Amino acid sequence: MSILPLSLDEVSFRAGDRALLDGISLTIESGPKTVILGANGAGKSLLLRICHGLLGPSGGEVRWAEGTTRQYERQAMVFQKPVMLRRSVAANVAYGLKLRKVEAGERARRVADALRRTGLTDFADQPARLLSGGEQQRLALARVWALEPEILFLDEPTANLDPGATRAVEEIVSGIHDSGAKIVMTTHDIGQARRLADEVIFLHRGRVAERAGADTFFSQPSTEEAAAYLRGDLLW
Amino acid sequence: MSDMGQAFVLALQLIAALDAELLEIIARSFAVSLAAVAIAAAIGLPAGAALAVYRFPGRRAVIVLVNALMGLPPVFVGLLIYLFLSRAGPLGFLGLLFTPTAMIIAQAVLVTPIIVAICHRLTRDLYEEYRDQLCSFGARPHQAVRTILWDARVSLVTAVMAGFGRATAEVGAVLIVGGNIAGLTRVMTTTIALETSKGNLALALALGLILVLTAIGVNAVAMSLGGVSAYRRG
Repeated sequence: MSILPLSLDEVSFRAGDRALLDGISLTIESGPKTVILGANGAGKSLLLRICHGLLGPSGGEVRWAEGTTRQYERQAMVFQKPVMLRRSVAANVAYGLKLRKVEAGERARRVADALRRTGLTDFADQPARLLSGGEQQRLALARVWALEPEILFLDEPTANLDPGATRAVEEIVSGIHDSGAKIVMTTHDIGQARRLADEVIFLHRGRVAERAGADTFFSQPSTEEAAAYLRGDLLW
Repeated sequence: MSDMGQAFVLALQLIAALDAELLEIIARSFAVSLAAVAIAAAIGLPAGAALAVYRFPGRRAVIVLVNALMGLPPVFVGLLIYLFLSRAGPLGFLGLLFTPTAMIIAQAVLVTPIIVAICHRLTRDLYEEYRDQLCSFGARPHQAVRTILWDARVSLVTAVMAGFGRATAEVGAVLIVGGNIAGLTRVMTTTIALETSKGNLALALALGLILVLTAIGVNAVAMSLGGVSAYRRG
């Protein structure tokens, strides 16, 4: 039984007096690639971290599908700046599998698969920290792919990458989607959102300003904020 | 030739001749200190990493205390262990006073806070970097402790080496609990103290030279490992 849908009910997050997220109610179903779009400071990363469970909300509730257990083992996240364990590339991929007690034969198979799909097979025995930025992000994707998550959160995975590395990351994300994982990704890159999104959640100042299918959102945004953002106006 | 020059020549002759008494004392010194450091590392490394990972009330106080204990006066530790192990003490029935075991205990007590404190400093920054990623992988705190110990292993060697340096160089504690008994509890530092007061400068100097060489060797190994680790961090 799937841990999806993920439901957020009136989720808020406050830092001191400031509400960084406010009254967010969302249901995230399996299936389409969801892209969370918004300016810096709109609360995109925060929302992902709360969904993934790295942070607890100040108010409201985050719920996975009823009757499911061990949800933390069935989801994964890729960060803007990948954290490479001080181990070999292959050991980085194996790490999460060991935590999940995947037995050795299956683990070796999944590590090899993940490295092959991300084009890192030749780097398997190298120290992960010696990889380039683009290769490190591919390794971060290989690590989560091997975990076969039901839902994968990606927090601006290409923010620090050049176009070539960005394309490689986008292809891998699509591959992970095709293998059955729900994709929830933040970006402030409108071009990337157009390439990847099936649906868009537009955040503005800590609130969901708009949620729509990608075609609708990009052609006929229904809010002034989204229209301004898409035009490239500076919102504040 | 001066007395000092003569003593130096004799010392070098003792070392070159692999003098039996000299070798025995060196071997005992290393055996005692290695055992003490092994115990201290077995306790101190997990404790230091746990201080970096776990959040609990009083954590800061523990860190301050551990750092303060790095400077424990060896004579005082010797005195405490002496009181515990002496016939009238709570552990007197074990009959450990004036044995190498008592010396190992004393050195382990001295070295453990050093290893805890250095290990904590080294693993704290690493855990800061790893925390979100490890949480995301679903690592429990005890698994995070194991992970950062393993990933910091190269730099942690320096913590253990610092402990070993402290153990071999220490004289006050082992003198009190070991008693400096010839052929049983006499180690390099206590021998130097005794032989110097007896005027037998050659043996004292020979042991002193060995001690200095040990310190240089330990530091050289630690530094070259530091270089390797810098490379592996990329």
